[in-house]
Amino acid sequence: MQITPVGSPILEGFTVKPLRYQIATALDQARQVLTTDPEARLLAGGMTLIPALKHRLSAPSQLVDISRLADLRRIEVKADHVWVGAGMRHAEVAGSAPLAKALPGLAQLAGGIGDPQVRARGTLGGSIANNDPAADYPAALLALKAMVVTQQRELAAEDFFQGMFSTALNADEIITGVKFAIPQKSAYAKFRHPASGFAMTGVYVADFGSGDLRVAVTGAASSVCRWAAAETAWQGGLKTAVFDHPELLSDIHAPAAYRAQLARLMLEQALQSLA
Amino acid sequence: MKITLELNGQTKSADLEERTLLADMIRDVFGLTGTHVGCDTSQCGCCTVLLDGVAVKSCSMLAVQAEGCKITTIEGLASAGGNQNGLHPVQAAFTECHALQCGFCTPGMIMATVSLLKFHPKPSDADIADGLSGNLCRCTGYINIAKAVRQAATALSSAEGVAS
Repeated sequence: MQITPVGSPILEGFTVKPLRYQIATALDQARQVLTTDPEARLLAGGMTLIPALKHRLSAPSQLVDISRLADLRRIEVKADHVWVGAGMRHAEVAGSAPLAKALPGLAQLAGGIGDPQVRARGTLGGSIANNDPAADYPAALLALKAMVVTQQRELAAEDFFQGMFSTALNADEIITGVKFAIPQKSAYAKFRHPASGFAMTGVYVADFGSGDLRVAVTGAASSVCRWAAAETAWQGGLKTAVFDHPELLSDIHAPAAYRAQLARLMLEQALQSLA
Repeated sequence: MKITLELNGQTKSADLEERTLLADMIRDVFGLTGTHVGCDTSQCGCCTVLLDGVAVKSCSMLAVQAEGCKITTIEGLASAGGNQNGLHPVQAAFTECHALQCGFCTPGMIMATVSLLKFHPKPSDADIADGLSGNLCRCTGYINIAKAVRQAATALSSAEGVAS
């Protein structure tokens, strides 16, 4: 009997559609490509983009690889904020001693993204530009009063994230880094999807002192969001709250009510680890 | 597009279509079929290789992204620190602990372990679970795999002790 292999990418040949590729040597050059070719896409770690190309969910004309730009690859701890370059990989953020000292919650979050192979490639800029509703970083940006810096402007995280897989970025705009405010204490708790490592629900809590408390939730709703009820409850000394959202996610992995319950549990866990 | 990189210690060049995945270059262009491709969703980790010494999934990178980098595959591991049987200590530990059944995930498991032990020379059970969280064994032989990781860690640290 002859067996015909079906669906094998190796035997069928290429899975990715033909495209051009170049390594960007300067930010301006990368922007120039985006300006002249609307079908061009930026490539950083590629942990979302390459799988999307393989599944032909995306078929850009060309990729501009910005992962080697030195301008995007710094971490700086200042008096009132921490600068993380957009090209910093998750493993580098997790492994930075100065960052871990100033923002242990953020280091912990970065060290829990995906798996070691993903953390070796994926970048901060790539994660927030993609704005996956179950990504970890967006929760940290909202809770840590972050400013997203591009080569054109600075945007508050609230204005940057605009809904599922949607941001305020213009077509030719490139994130250069993120400024995170430094709270007195912060922590992140998430319930990992056992296969992908994405947040089924993740909660980032930050205490800036004098009752300035911030709570952000990822994975539970259509996009990352602040959790006002939890902030109010926490200000009143209550370390639990009900997560109510008009666009709770409900899918094969978990129904909406389960995710709302996870939000409450992750809030309690994050606040417990703050103490 | 022409690319040049170091593959298992040797400088190699290839003229590739830009869309070629790193895993496909390793297997189809250079014939190193020890790097396996087990899934299409970046989850199984069978295709794990070392890129400049760190574990990455070669199915989730284009070959051109590795321009100028050092790639180590399972075939190049023994020469990078082999014992008297020509095996790397991690390979030897996997053999001795019977850390494989069908063997399909094994090259990826071993490459991920080499990377794990580089960052955690004395790994805790939690370090091992996290370090191998990007690799799936569908025979579910995780107990012996974790045992092999612990044994390899001991072997590597005592070998270092002798060397120094």
